[in-house]
Amino acid sequence: MSDPSAPLLAMHGIRKRFGATHALSGVDLHVRAGEVLAVIGENGAGKSTLMKVLSGAHPPDSGRMELAGRPLAPAGPHDARVAGVAMIYQELNLAPDLSVEDNVMLGQEQHRLGWLDRTAQRRRLKDVLELLGHGRLDPARRAGRLSVAEQQVVEIARALVCDAKVIVFDEPTSSLAAQDVERLFSVIRRLKASGIAVIYISHFLEEIRAVADRFLVLRDGRTVGEGILAGTSQAEIVSMMVGRSVTELFPSVAHQPGSEILTVRDVSGRSMPRQVSFSLRRGEILGIAGLVGAGRTQLLRCLFALDAVRQGQIRVAGLPPAASPRARIRAGLGLVSEDRKAEGLAQSMSVGDNVTLSRLGIYSRLGWLNLRRRHQAVLGWMAGLGIKARSPQQEVAELSGGNQQKVALARLLHQDADVLLLDEPTRGIDVATKAEIYRLIGQAAAQGKAILFVSSYLPELLAVCDRLAVMARGRLREIRPVSEWTQEAVMACAVEPATRLAEPC
Amino acid sequence: MDNETNATGGRNRAVLKHLGRAAGALGPLAALAAVIAFFTVADYLQGGHSFFTLRNLHTTTVQGSMVAVAALGMTAIIIAGGIDLSAGTALALSATVLAWCLRQGYPVPVALLAGVGSGALAGLVNGTLVSLLRVVPFIVTLGTMTIYLGVAKIIADETTVRPMPDQVPSWLTGLVTTRPDPPWLVYQVLPNFASGVWSALALAAMLALVLRYTVFGRYVFALGSNESTARLCGINVPAMKIAVYTLSGVFVGLAGVYQFARLSSGNPVSGLGQELKIIAAVVIGGGSLSGGRGSVLGTLAGAAMMAVIASGCNLLNIRNPVQDIIIGVIIVAAVTLDQIRQRRLSS
Repeated sequence: MSDPSAPLLAMHGIRKRFGATHALSGVDLHVRAGEVLAVIGENGAGKSTLMKVLSGAHPPDSGRMELAGRPLAPAGPHDARVAGVAMIYQELNLAPDLSVEDNVMLGQEQHRLGWLDRTAQRRRLKDVLELLGHGRLDPARRAGRLSVAEQQVVEIARALVCDAKVIVFDEPTSSLAAQDVERLFSVIRRLKASGIAVIYISHFLEEIRAVADRFLVLRDGRTVGEGILAGTSQAEIVSMMVGRSVTELFPSVAHQPGSEILTVRDVSGRSMPRQVSFSLRRGEILGIAGLVGAGRTQLLRCLFALDAVRQGQIRVAGLPPAASPRARIRAGLGLVSEDRKAEGLAQSMSVGDNVTLSRLGIYSRLGWLNLRRRHQAVLGWMAGLGIKARSPQQEVAELSGGNQQKVALARLLHQDADVLLLDEPTRGIDVATKAEIYRLIGQAAAQGKAILFVSSYLPELLAVCDRLAVMARGRLREIRPVSEWTQEAVMACAVEPATRLAEPC
Repeated sequence: MDNETNATGGRNRAVLKHLGRAAGALGPLAALAAVIAFFTVADYLQGGHSFFTLRNLHTTTVQGSMVAVAALGMTAIIIAGGIDLSAGTALALSATVLAWCLRQGYPVPVALLAGVGSGALAGLVNGTLVSLLRVVPFIVTLGTMTIYLGVAKIIADETTVRPMPDQVPSWLTGLVTTRPDPPWLVYQVLPNFASGVWSALALAAMLALVLRYTVFGRYVFALGSNESTARLCGINVPAMKIAVYTLSGVFVGLAGVYQFARLSSGNPVSGLGQELKIIAAVVIGGGSLSGGRGSVLGTLAGAAMMAVIASGCNLLNIRNPVQDIIIGVIIVAAVTLDQIRQRRLSS
């Protein structure tokens, strides 16, 4: 540690095979204390495997690791944590019924003869939370009641309490709203200032630029580029990631708005949305921006009759459909859920089942399915959407996130929905697959489908949509053609009501 | 990650996985074969020649078929993500109703309809409560378990209902005969199992076809795999649950007929504890209590395995408590092995 330029963590020539697949074929990684290294790569490039090697979940086939000049060969995640490597995963791992304090101290309680020393614990926790700039977080609150952003802070605090030297963030912002992302970045900057080495994994290049110093690009289990972010253009990084130059991150497909198909008037839900009105035409892509908790998801759920509508009118092609998802599907609506695992897909069922589940009728006579015909049809959908799966029988759980998302989208296209309600359809998937999803959305619009596109990623909304609406606190603040919005204007509109709407208006 | 299919390595792995999955479906059958082999050898070493015999084959299949029939219904429930603790007492209720009707002198078809119908009704009540109250099925059926016991006791007037021998048609007792005549082949080809054994196999085949080849079957799997997804896909979740529990109730009612056929009487308390055997058959057969997984073939193997262990232990003079322990160990081992296999497949 005497030489400040020496790497704190070094991984040399890491190789890992699963069966005949080379997940990693000789990856080197170095990160210094007080430095943020971004690890970039498409899904399947080897990022997660590399991090699993680092955390001891998978022992490497060859290669070695050093932490602070000492060899590191963790036998498991606990071992790695004790050695000073902490992981903050996409899915948070808190015990929802325990307090913030109990969660942070879980497994590292301070005690005397088995009796908790709460005073000492609180002191330690307070120090750590203050270091993170969240000194006001109440240690007695139940973790399940915290926002996702606050839960993340608890996870980071847990890492700090066990004296982590290296903290790995795996897609930490995929479920955060813009304002929380900024707060997370300030936390990371504080970690950096206190001499912790941070490894940051993300698909969002803008974010990486905002928070990281150096980058490392992985592709097919190899290092294909590394350097200092300041001197590298976005296009250069993207072309390293995908192995070809991506002329367009946001491919556009020409489409023409047609007749009005969805009319929403003064719709209010249980608490959200509140008095939302808008209309949507065939062949039109309407984006909905807003902070997390602005009521965008609830609006889609009300439209699809998953949440109760308190008042207001919903008309599809002029008719009010009955209030059940089944009736909404028959009326021509389809929903891609924001949560693939918990809601969107039946993970233990096959690709074929997931694609066809909402419209099995076309393969059945008197309730009996023609499985061969369905198999052929699903093969067609897989080819059309570029779904990478061995066969229609493969379980959805075995697919990558991007391919799962395509399966969810394929279901809506298969059921021939006229109005596609898409809730964060590109969350947590790689750049190349995102581009494919944008293309599919554009094609659907060109075929006369109407699309409602909810996203927390502004650049994609601004690039893909025809019109953009901004929601805040359950209300739809403003709709404008996308050419009349800027990123700053959207953010201002999404945040501003927080103060102005303090009293009901 | 790792879902690219282009590399030959990926293809090899795919083949391995397919083999793994096939072996998974055959796992309970292989275990069954192992158990049979074990008892055959043990029986031979003890100098007995009673285990691997035609006589014992008849006894074992007949004894296993009641649990097997009820377990078929339970398979559907468990695949759909539910559970039915009331299956045992509902089974006894069906047998009691059947016995009561025969004793009162009702025509046999009416008595059968009433017996099976009360099983179906019990299932309908379970399904409706699970759907309407939105209480977890474990609790709902824990409650109905004692409700059905009470109802059966009222019908039986708190004793055993015994129809006169001439009130019970001979084909009904023949359903579970352990001494068919001729003992082995009829028409030189067909093993002469008791009609109840053949009926159980036919029911199993029917359920397997329904689960695989019908829209209803796909919905059952969807419900257990992810209820939210099922709702998102426009499946009428409450109606499906009611349908699945009612279907299972029909199987429970049929199992009640088997029980009556064996005892020639209806005893309300004879079903206590049966639900655990029924659930165990499904679980040994690879059914997952978290839903979405299970197979008819596996369930049959599970039911057969328990019958084989019971008869094998009897013939080897292993005491009853030891049998209980063995079956317990096998349940835990079967589920553990299945978990290990699942983990290996998904990693």
